[in-house]
Amino acid sequence: MVAAGPWIILFSPLFACVGIVLFGRKSKKLSTALAIIGMAVSLLFSVSAFLHSLPAHAAALESSVPWVDLPGLALEFGFLVNRPAILMSLVVTGVGLMIFIYSAGYMAEEPGLPRYFAYLSLFAFSMLGIVLANNFVTLFMFWELVGASSYLLIGYWYEKPSAAAAGKKAFLVNRIADFGFLIGILMVWNLSGVDGGGRTLNFLQLEEKLHHLMEISAVQPGLLTAIALLIFCGVLGKSAQFPLHIWLPDAMEGPTPVSALIHAATMVAAGVYLIARVFFLFWASPSAMAVIAAIGGFTALFAASLALVENDIKRVLAFSTLSQLGYMVMALGLGGYVAGIYHLTTHAFFKALLFLGAGSVIHALHTNDIWQMGGLSKKMPATTITFLIATLALCGIFPLSGFWSKDEILAVAFERNRFLWAVGTLTAAMTAFYMGRVFCVAFLGAARSHHAEHGHESPAVMTGPLWALAVPSVIAGFLRIPQYLHHAAVASVHVEFNPLVAGISTLAAAGGLALAYAIFARGIQPGPEAQRSLSMLATPLTRKFWVDEIYGWINQNVQQRTAVALAWFERTVIIGVYVNGVAKLTGLTGSLLRTAQTGRVQTYAAILLGGLGLILYLSLK
Amino acid sequence: MTPPITINHLIALSGVLFAIGLVGVVTRRNVLLILLSLEILLSAANLAFVAFSRSLGDLSGQIMVFFVMIVAAAEVTVGLAITVLLSRHGGKLNADELKSLKW
Amino acid sequence: MIHPVLFYVLSGLIVASAVGVILARHPLYAVLSLVVTLFSLSALFICLHAFFVAAIQVLIYAGAVLVLFIFVVMLLDMAPEVVFRAKSWTMISVGTALGFLILWQTAAVSLRLQAPSAPGPVIDGTTAAVGRILFTAYALPFEAASLLLLVGIIGAIVLAKKQL
Repeated sequence: MVAAGPWIILFSPLFACVGIVLFGRKSKKLSTALAIIGMAVSLLFSVSAFLHSLPAHAAALESSVPWVDLPGLALEFGFLVNRPAILMSLVVTGVGLMIFIYSAGYMAEEPGLPRYFAYLSLFAFSMLGIVLANNFVTLFMFWELVGASSYLLIGYWYEKPSAAAAGKKAFLVNRIADFGFLIGILMVWNLSGVDGGGRTLNFLQLEEKLHHLMEISAVQPGLLTAIALLIFCGVLGKSAQFPLHIWLPDAMEGPTPVSALIHAATMVAAGVYLIARVFFLFWASPSAMAVIAAIGGFTALFAASLALVENDIKRVLAFSTLSQLGYMVMALGLGGYVAGIYHLTTHAFFKALLFLGAGSVIHALHTNDIWQMGGLSKKMPATTITFLIATLALCGIFPLSGFWSKDEILAVAFERNRFLWAVGTLTAAMTAFYMGRVFCVAFLGAARSHHAEHGHESPAVMTGPLWALAVPSVIAGFLRIPQYLHHAAVASVHVEFNPLVAGISTLAAAGGLALAYAIFARGIQPGPEAQRSLSMLATPLTRKFWVDEIYGWINQNVQQRTAVALAWFERTVIIGVYVNGVAKLTGLTGSLLRTAQTGRVQTYAAILLGGLGLILYLSLK
Repeated sequence: MTPPITINHLIALSGVLFAIGLVGVVTRRNVLLILLSLEILLSAANLAFVAFSRSLGDLSGQIMVFFVMIVAAAEVTVGLAITVLLSRHGGKLNADELKSLKW
Repeated sequence: MIHPVLFYVLSGLIVASAVGVILARHPLYAVLSLVVTLFSLSALFICLHAFFVAAIQVLIYAGAVLVLFIFVVMLLDMAPEVVFRAKSWTMISVGTALGFLILWQTAAVSLRLQAPSAPGPVIDGTTAAVGRILFTAYALPFEAASLLLLVGIIGAIVLAKKQL
């Protein structure tokens, strides 16, 4: 039972996907049922694995099959089920199941519902693959598969040009990041053979090898930094850190449950999870960790600033996700292994809840613009309450789950890097402000448009998951997750609860919320001086600091020009000289040799006799 | 007293004759005269055969000469027939102009 | 083998008339030069005791083949050839070069040749002796040769006839 567990967890959604493709294409009910059953089975076995891992002596389970077995190249396909993996698997299957159930209601009128569930099941399969993989090759396979699933799901409404473009953008940006990732993997592969003991990409074996290599000082720090940074490239793409964050806001073109599952709770967390999975590689290179922490912190602040002026409710949440991911990456960069994973877990719950709540609103009002909403607290009570719970959790208000995890991160930052701690606290204030803004504008006050007047609560199939997700958003802080994770003896930074940090961050959050309430619920406007300076700030923020435009310019001028030059080179040199040249040379030689065919007998006789002379000469030597 | 004539002298003579015939084949323009030079080549071969036959005491060389002559006769017959045909059709017997097989 | 004087005289005749063949301008002179060459060769054969071969050389080669040549020369009323002035110098130089090449090689051969240490029995090439071998050991080539002649005759007729 135990050994089969990971295989069932992984392949159950795949069977659901295959089942839908083969049998469920015409039937919405069948495809929905298959998808939900697939996820439920995975959840069941994840819980079972969790229970098996609770006893203190329980060891991590590793189960693999050899895949390629050539001299010099031995690859395997297998799973490493340790505590972070189990935790993540619970998150993916649990949140996933809620979202599947929610989708049954949200997407009920979609004609392409079977396709949707097939893609979702495929995604679940890929994500679980990343979670459970025990070596880089398997991980990378599923990494790419997740990228492909994301592309399919973002571009679900493929007839909409913006959706198709968004899917392409996501895939391309991820591909660029994965290029760096792959080079990193290859360098790890190379490094693992330095001690002569055979190359491997298995995580546990690599950890041992790295310890051994560092003990005998057989590896240069520069190399380790390079490897760590290259693997971090993959994280840049998947977890949308600056400068590869550009795909995530556009990815909101997909259906809202997709945004909830993929772009809030699970796929974007895969990058963070990767860092945790091979944390020993990063821990070995302090300079790489510094860079990672810096990028994480910067992304957190950057994204939060962009969320301040966004009017599309899903986009606000997207930027919020970017910002929180920045927090997680920063935590890991600072050495807070437990803090990062902890926040990953709690964030999955309340961010998914936020997205599903937004979806509920969008489903009822048919608009994404918060300024078209308003007064929903009376018409959609369940949604309002759960959204409020999630908002407070995100802002880090005691005693909700977000408070504990965000606080752990800030405590680590306080220990290790005061500047990043200040950045983190400022971001927390901004987070509170923009989330408060959204809540006040969308849910409080009077209805701002006739859409809002006709708002009504969503069906139970949609509100059920909302309540289901609200529960862990509230209590996850008390589930002793850090203790569960600490059991895995990983070299990292350990912090105790720091009341000073907790107090400051709560103040910051409360301040942000209060300010938002004052401006948007009470209508208190800042003075004209403040208004002028604020509107100056607004332009770069609404234009997202022109990052997309810069990339477009680079693409147009650098990439296109290079492509044109290379095409010229290919046409002229390679084809003109080598391909055509060879042909011309053959023709030329032919023409040259043709001159011997004069048609005159005497020429032929002369050549014959010349040959005779040559033979005589050679045989007489 | 000149040295006695050995096989070497005969072979040398045969070689000279062959070379002369060769030059004739390659340089003459009249088709008939080319055929004639061909006869010289064959005669040179005949001489070599006879010389070796005499030197080695084996009559096979002379049998060979017999056959060479038969072949030469047959070849000349056909060659002259072609020459007659050529003169009938074009009137020109210039080997330089018989180049319709060029290229 | 031969008396040296005889050899040198005869070989001089042979070479001179052969050169005459290739240098002659009128075709008839060339043919007649070849006749002289063949007669001299025949004389050389007799000196080498190859009587049968000498005889058939005169009979067949000089007698039949060259007479045929003369017939054709007269039939076609050939004009003297403007030999070397119109001919391309490339061909002439190539030809002479080839000639020298062959000459050089045969010189190399002839210098290296050694008479066998145990010379075979000196057999005279009389008709009887040749005939004996011809009709026993070489009977098959003999028959094949006659077939060849038949083919040659038919070929000549087919080619040169005006109408069949």
